[in-house]
Amino acid sequence: MEQGQVAAEAEPGGVPAALRGFATDWSADQETFRHVHWGKAMIWIFLLSDTFIFSSFLVSYMTMRASVTQPWPNPSEVFALSFGGQPIPLILIAIMTFVLISSSGTMAMAVNFGYRRNRKVTAGLMLATALLGATFVGMQAFEWSKLIHEGVRPWGNPWGAAQFGACFFMITGFHGLHVSGGVIILLVVALKVWRGHYERSGDYSAVEIAGLYWHFVDLVWVFIFAFFYLW
Amino acid sequence: MATIADDLRPLHHPKSWVGKYVWSQDHKIIAIQYAVTAIGVGIFALVLSFIMRLQLALPGQFQFIQPDNYLQFVTMHGMIMVVYLLTALLLGGFGNYLIPLMIGARDMVFPFVNMLSYWFYLLSVIVLFAGLFVPGGPTGGGWTLYPPQTILEGTPGASWGILMMMASLAIFVVAFTMGGLNYVTTVLQARTKGMTLMRMPCSVWGIFVASIMGLLAFPALFVAAIMTVFDSIAGTSFFVPTIVSMGKTLGHAGGSPILFQHLFWFFGHPEVYIVALPAFGIVSDLISVHARKNLFGYRMMVWAIIIIGALSFFVWAHHMYVSGMNPYFGFFFATSTLIIAIPTAIKVYNWLLTLWRGNIHFHVPMLFAIAFLFTFIHGGLSGLFLGNVSVDVPLSDTFFVIGHFHMVMGVSPVLVIFGAIYHWYPKITGRMWDERLARLHFWITFIGAYAIFLPMHYIGMLGVPRRYYALGETVFIPQSVHYANMGITIAAGIVFAAQALFFYNMIVSLFRGAKADPNPWGAASLEWQTAETPPGHGNWGATLPTVYRWAYDYSVPGAARDFIPQNEAPGGTAEPHPS
Ligand code: HEM
Ligand SMILES: [Cu+2]
Repeated sequence: MEQGQVAAEAEPGGVPAALRGFATDWSADQETFRHVHWGKAMIWIFLLSDTFIFSSFLVSYMTMRASVTQPWPNPSEVFALSFGGQPIPLILIAIMTFVLISSSGTMAMAVNFGYRRNRKVTAGLMLATALLGATFVGMQAFEWSKLIHEGVRPWGNPWGAAQFGACFFMITGFHGLHVSGGVIILLVVALKVWRGHYERSGDYSAVEIAGLYWHFVDLVWVFIFAFFYLW
Repeated sequence: MATIADDLRPLHHPKSWVGKYVWSQDHKIIAIQYAVTAIGVGIFALVLSFIMRLQLALPGQFQFIQPDNYLQFVTMHGMIMVVYLLTALLLGGFGNYLIPLMIGARDMVFPFVNMLSYWFYLLSVIVLFAGLFVPGGPTGGGWTLYPPQTILEGTPGASWGILMMMASLAIFVVAFTMGGLNYVTTVLQARTKGMTLMRMPCSVWGIFVASIMGLLAFPALFVAAIMTVFDSIAGTSFFVPTIVSMGKTLGHAGGSPILFQHLFWFFGHPEVYIVALPAFGIVSDLISVHARKNLFGYRMMVWAIIIIGALSFFVWAHHMYVSGMNPYFGFFFATSTLIIAIPTAIKVYNWLLTLWRGNIHFHVPMLFAIAFLFTFIHGGLSGLFLGNVSVDVPLSDTFFVIGHFHMVMGVSPVLVIFGAIYHWYPKITGRMWDERLARLHFWITFIGAYAIFLPMHYIGMLGVPRRYYALGETVFIPQSVHYANMGITIAAGIVFAAQALFFYNMIVSLFRGAKADPNPWGAASLEWQTAETPPGHGNWGATLPTVYRWAYDYSVPGAARDFIPQNEAPGGTAEPHPS
C-alpha cells in the first residue's frame, strides 16, 4: 500500500526514514494512508481477501495432487499443441500468459495517461487491455474445449487421477471468471473515461482502481501457471 | 482525494419513507436492519434448541422429533447461531452502528455497498430458509458439514439441503465481504480530526480486527463450499475417497475428507474470535463506563486484540485431534492454542483490574458485562482441557464440548450483546427501557445459562456423546444423566420463556419508555456526544467533532464532572458539540 509522506529529515544513525514514515502513518489521526483514495484503500483490502480465496484453491489443489493414489497426468504432454505433427509443450499456455502480461503493460500505461488527463489515449489503452483480456478468455475457452474433446471431465480423464480435471476446471474457471469480470469493469470505466466523466469530477482514481484489480488477476495467473502447468 | 470526511455532498439524502427506512444507505438504519433480521433468525434457532432439549429430556415422546430431523435441528441451530445470528449481529449490527459514530465519521465510506451488504445477507437468510422446504429437507450433517457424510445418501438433506446450505453460506460470505471492506476502510481512512487509532474505543478495535479476520477467514469457507457443491453435483472427488456405501461402490475416488476439515476450521476457528473480539471490545467499554474508571492497560488491551486475532489463524487444527491427521500436528496446534491463552488472560486480568476499586454502578449493562466475565473465564478454563491432545481425545464429541463452546462462544457473546443493547438502546431509540424487567431478565438469563450448560460438562465427562438423538439403554450411562437432562431442559424452558421479558421491554419502551437523556451513563466516547438523540442523518450536523483525548477519561482528579468527553479540549470546559 502507498506509503505516507515520509518525515523528511532523517537523523544520521537514527531510525530509518521508511520505518519512521510507517510509524507516523499508523499513529496519525483521520487517515492511516495519507491521501489514499477510499476506493483504492478498499480495493487493496479486497485483493488481500481474494488472495486468500485463490490461496485456498491452490493449496487444496497442491495437497490433493500430493495425496492422490493414481498418477497425475503430465501437464507438458496434456497441454501440448501439435504443429505439423510436432507437439510443442505448453505453447498455448505460453501465448496466453504472454497476452495477459502484455495487458498488464497496457493497463499500467492507461493509468499513467489517466493521471495526465489524456482522455483519448487512456480510453484507447483500456480498450486494448480489455481486448487482450478477452483474447485470453477466448484462448482459455479453446483450451477447455480441446481438453473436453480429449475426454477430460471433472470426474475423470484418460490419463490418471480424476482430480486433475476437477482442479483444472475449477481453478482456471474461477480465474477466468475474474478475467471476464475484469474485462467488463475495464469497458465500463473506459467508456466513462471516453465520455469525460472523470474529467468533470477531476478524479481519475477509478482507472487506477480498475488497474489494481487487473494487475492482481494477472499476478494470480502467474501463480496458477507456475503451480498447475509447470509443476 | 475525491472524498473528504467532512464533505456532506456524497451523502445520499432520500426523501421518501421507503428510501429512508428500506433502501437506506444510512449506516444506522442498515445496522438496525441487520440486527432485527439476525435476532429474528436467532429466535428461530432458539426454538430449535428448545425442541432438541425436549427430545433429550423426554426421548421418543414427541412424534415430530425423529432421528432424522433431530440432526437437522442440530445443524440449523448451530449454523444459524454462529453465522447468521452472532456474526451478523456483532459486525453487521453493532459494527455498522458504532464504527462511524465512535470514530466521528458521517457514515461508512461506501454507503451503497453497505446497503448491498445487508440485502445480500437477507438473501442468504432467505436461501437458508428455502432450504427447509426442498425435497429431503435441510442438511443434517452438523454445523461442521463434514463430507463425505453430508453428501452421501443416508444423511438428511444429502441431495438438496446441503446445496442450499452451501449456497446460502457463499452468499453470506459475499455479503460479509461487502460489509467488512467498509468497516475496515472506514476505520483506516475516515476518522475525525484527533482520532488516532490509539484513541479509538475498544469496541471499534474489536470490530475492526474481527472484520479483517473475517475477510481472511471466510475465503476458506467459500472455497470449501464450492468444492463440496462440485462433489455433490458434478461428480468430482475433492473430499470423497473411494467409498462402499450400502453395498455399492460409489463413483468417487481419491478425495481427502481431511482437506475439508482443514478448510472448514481455517475458517471455523477464526470465526470463534470474529464473534469474540467484538464482544471483548464492547465489554471493555461497558466495564470502564459503569465502573467510572479508565480501562486498565488500554494499550495492552488493543495489542491483545491484535495478537489474538493474528494467532487465531494458527490454531485451527485443535478441532481435528481425532480426525486422523498426523500426530505431530497435534503437538504444534496444542502449543499454539495454549499460547493464545496468554493474551486472553491479559484481557481478563485487565477487566478485573478495571473493576478493582472502581466506582461500580450496577446498571443492567454492567450486570451483563460482569456476567460475561464469569461465563468467559469458565469457558476458557474448560478450553484448556480441550486444547490438550491427550485430554481432548476422550472428551471430544461429548457433551463436554457442547458445554464448553456454549459457555465461551454462545453464552458469553450473547450476554455481551444483551448488555450492549441495554447500553446503547437510549442512544439508538431516544427512549429508556424498564429497569425492573431488565433486571429480572438478567438474573434469569445469567443463572439459567449456568443451570443449562454447567451440567452438560458433567454428563459429557460421563461420556454422553453429542448429536445423539437418544441414549437408549446404554450401560455406562448412570441414572443421574437422565435427571441432569431433565433439569437442563427445564432450565432451558425457563430461559427461553424469560426472553419474552426482553422483547416485551424493548418493544414497549420504544413507544412508552421515558425520554432518554442524551448521555445517561455519563460516557466519554463520541457516540454519546451527538447533537441529536437518536443521531440524525450524517451524525454530526454541520461540522465533525474534534477529538482531544482517549475514550476513558473517567473520574479524572480535578475535573468538573466524573468524565471528560473525547471532544472536550484540554483545559477547556465542557464544550458540547455544536449542532
Ligand atoms: C438457551 C440457549 C441454547 C440452548 C438450550 C442450546 C442447546 C443446544 C443443544 C441441545 C445442542 C445439540 C447438542 C447435541 O445433541 O449435539 C446444541 C448444539 C449447538 N449449539 Fe446450542 N444452544 C443454545 C444457544 C446457542 C448459542 C447462543 C450458540 C452460538 C454459538 C449455539 C451454538 C451451537 C452449536 C455450534 C452447536 C453444535 C451443532 C452441531 O453439533 O453441529 N447454541 N445447542
Ligand atoms: Cu478453535
